[in-house]
Amino acid sequence: MLVIQELTKRFNGRWIIEDFNLTVPTNGFTVLIGPSGCGKSTLFDLLMGIVPMDRGRIAWQGKPTANLNTLAAYMQQRDLLLPWLSLEKNACLPAELAGVPARERTSQARALFAKLGLENFESYLPDRVSGGMRQRCALARTLMFARDLVLLDEPLSALDAITRRQLQAHLLLLQTEFDKSILMVTHDVDEALLLADDLLVLTAAPMRICARFRIDLPKPRRIAAPSLLEMKTRVLARLEKEAAW
Amino acid sequence: MKGHIAIPLILVAVVLAVWEVGCRWAGIPDFILPPPSRILTVAVADAALLLPHAGITLVEILCGIGLALGAAIPLAVGMHARPAIEKALAPFLIASQAVPVFALAPLLVVWLGYGLASKVLMAAVIIFFPITVSLLEGFKSCDRNYRVLFELMGASQWQALRKLYWPWALPYFFAGLKVGVSVATIGAVIGEWVGAQQGLGYLMIQANARLKVDLVFAAILWLSLMGVGLWGLVGIIEKRCLWWKGAAGE
Repeated sequence: MLVIQELTKRFNGRWIIEDFNLTVPTNGFTVLIGPSGCGKSTLFDLLMGIVPMDRGRIAWQGKPTANLNTLAAYMQQRDLLLPWLSLEKNACLPAELAGVPARERTSQARALFAKLGLENFESYLPDRVSGGMRQRCALARTLMFARDLVLLDEPLSALDAITRRQLQAHLLLLQTEFDKSILMVTHDVDEALLLADDLLVLTAAPMRICARFRIDLPKPRRIAAPSLLEMKTRVLARLEKEAAW
Repeated sequence: MKGHIAIPLILVAVVLAVWEVGCRWAGIPDFILPPPSRILTVAVADAALLLPHAGITLVEILCGIGLALGAAIPLAVGMHARPAIEKALAPFLIASQAVPVFALAPLLVVWLGYGLASKVLMAAVIIFFPITVSLLEGFKSCDRNYRVLFELMGASQWQALRKLYWPWALPYFFAGLKVGVSVATIGAVIGEWVGAQQGLGYLMIQANARLKVDLVFAAILWLSLMGVGLWGLVGIIEKRCLWWKGAAGE
C-alpha cells in the first residue's frame, strides 16, 4: 500500500499542492482526474523525487521513504523511446542498466511483447511503427522495471480515440495479469471510469482531493453500462463545479 | 537527388567558364591569373610533383584530425559531466580561437621544429574547437524527459553517456567534424608556410617566389579536392553511424 501524507509544494510563492493525502491499496487501480494545470504531473514529479517536496511523508508497504525513485516504475505522457534502438532494445533498457543478463532480459521482453501484441515487431525502430505500438512498447519498458508500484501520467493522452480504447485494455493487464498497484493521472473521464477502482477528483491549485468515487464493477467494463453512465454524470458535475471555481 | 548534384555542378561550370573567357578575352598573363584550363593542365601534368607534397599535407591533416578528436571528445564529455570544468576551461577555449593561427604558427615551429609535429598541432588547434563546442551542445540539447527516464532507471553516468548522450549528440558531433575537416587544410598550410620542407603549403611558397602562379593554383586545386574528399568521407561515416535516421525515413 502506498500512503502519502501532507504532501506540500510551493513554486514561486504559489501553493501548487498543499497537505495532499492519498492512499493507493496494494493491487489497486487508483485514478486521479482534475482540471488542466491543477498539479497532477507535479505530484508525480514530487513522488519520484524529480522535484523536491517542501513537506510531506511517503510510505510504501509500511516503510517510510524519501521518494519512490527506486520503488516505482513511471510511465510519462510521451513514450520516450530512443529512436536509435529497436523496440525490443528500448523495452530492455531498464533491465540492461540494472545488469540483467542479455538472454534473460530478451526472453522477458519477448514474453511481454507477445502479451501486448507486439510480436514480430521486436527489431523495428520506433519511427517505423504507429503511436499505439510505441506506447505499448513504453508500457513493456515500464513493466521491465520489475517494480510493484506503477505511476502512469496520462499515458494515452497523445493517442487517437480508437487506439486509446485498445490500449486501455492493455493498461488493465498491469493490474489483472501483473499484479501491480497503479496510480494513474488522466483528464479523460471515460478512461478513468473504465479502469479505476478508486476515482479521485482533484481541485485546481492548490491541489487536493475534493471527491472520491469507489467503483466496484467488474472489469473489463463498458462505458455504456447504466451504472457507469450515472457515475460519469456525477463525476462530470463535480469537475464542472471545480472548473467554475 | 540528381538536382542536388546538378545545381552545384552547373554553378561551378558557369564560374569556370566566366573565368576562362575573362582571362582569354582580357589577355591576362598566366603569372597574374591563369585560366582554369591552364590550372587543370598543370595539376594533371605536374601530378608527379604535386602528389608527394599533397600526401604530406594529407598526413598532417589526418593526424591533426586524430589529435583534435582525441582532445575534443574527452574535453566535451568532461565539461558536460562537470559544469565546473566547463566554467574553468571556457575562457581558454575561446582564447584559443581568438588568437590568430598566423600568430601561433611561428611559435609552434620554434617549439616543435620544422617537421610534422608543428603542422599537425596547427591543424588540431583549428579543428578541435568546432568539434568540442558542437559535441557539448549536442550533450546539452538532450531532452530533459529522457534524462529523467535514465535517472529513474538508475543509469550510471557512464551508462547514460553510452546509451543516451553520445547517440543523442552524434548529429551535432558530425556537424562540428564537417566544419573541422573543411578548415583543417588552413592549419596545415599555414604551418607549412612558416617553416617546412615538404607539403603543398611549402610548394605554394616556392612556386609563388618563382611567379609560377599556375602551380600555386594547381596546389590550391589539390587542397580543395582534399577538403571536399574529407567532407565526403565524414558524410559517409556519418550516414553509417546515424543509420537509424535513414532507416526511419524510408
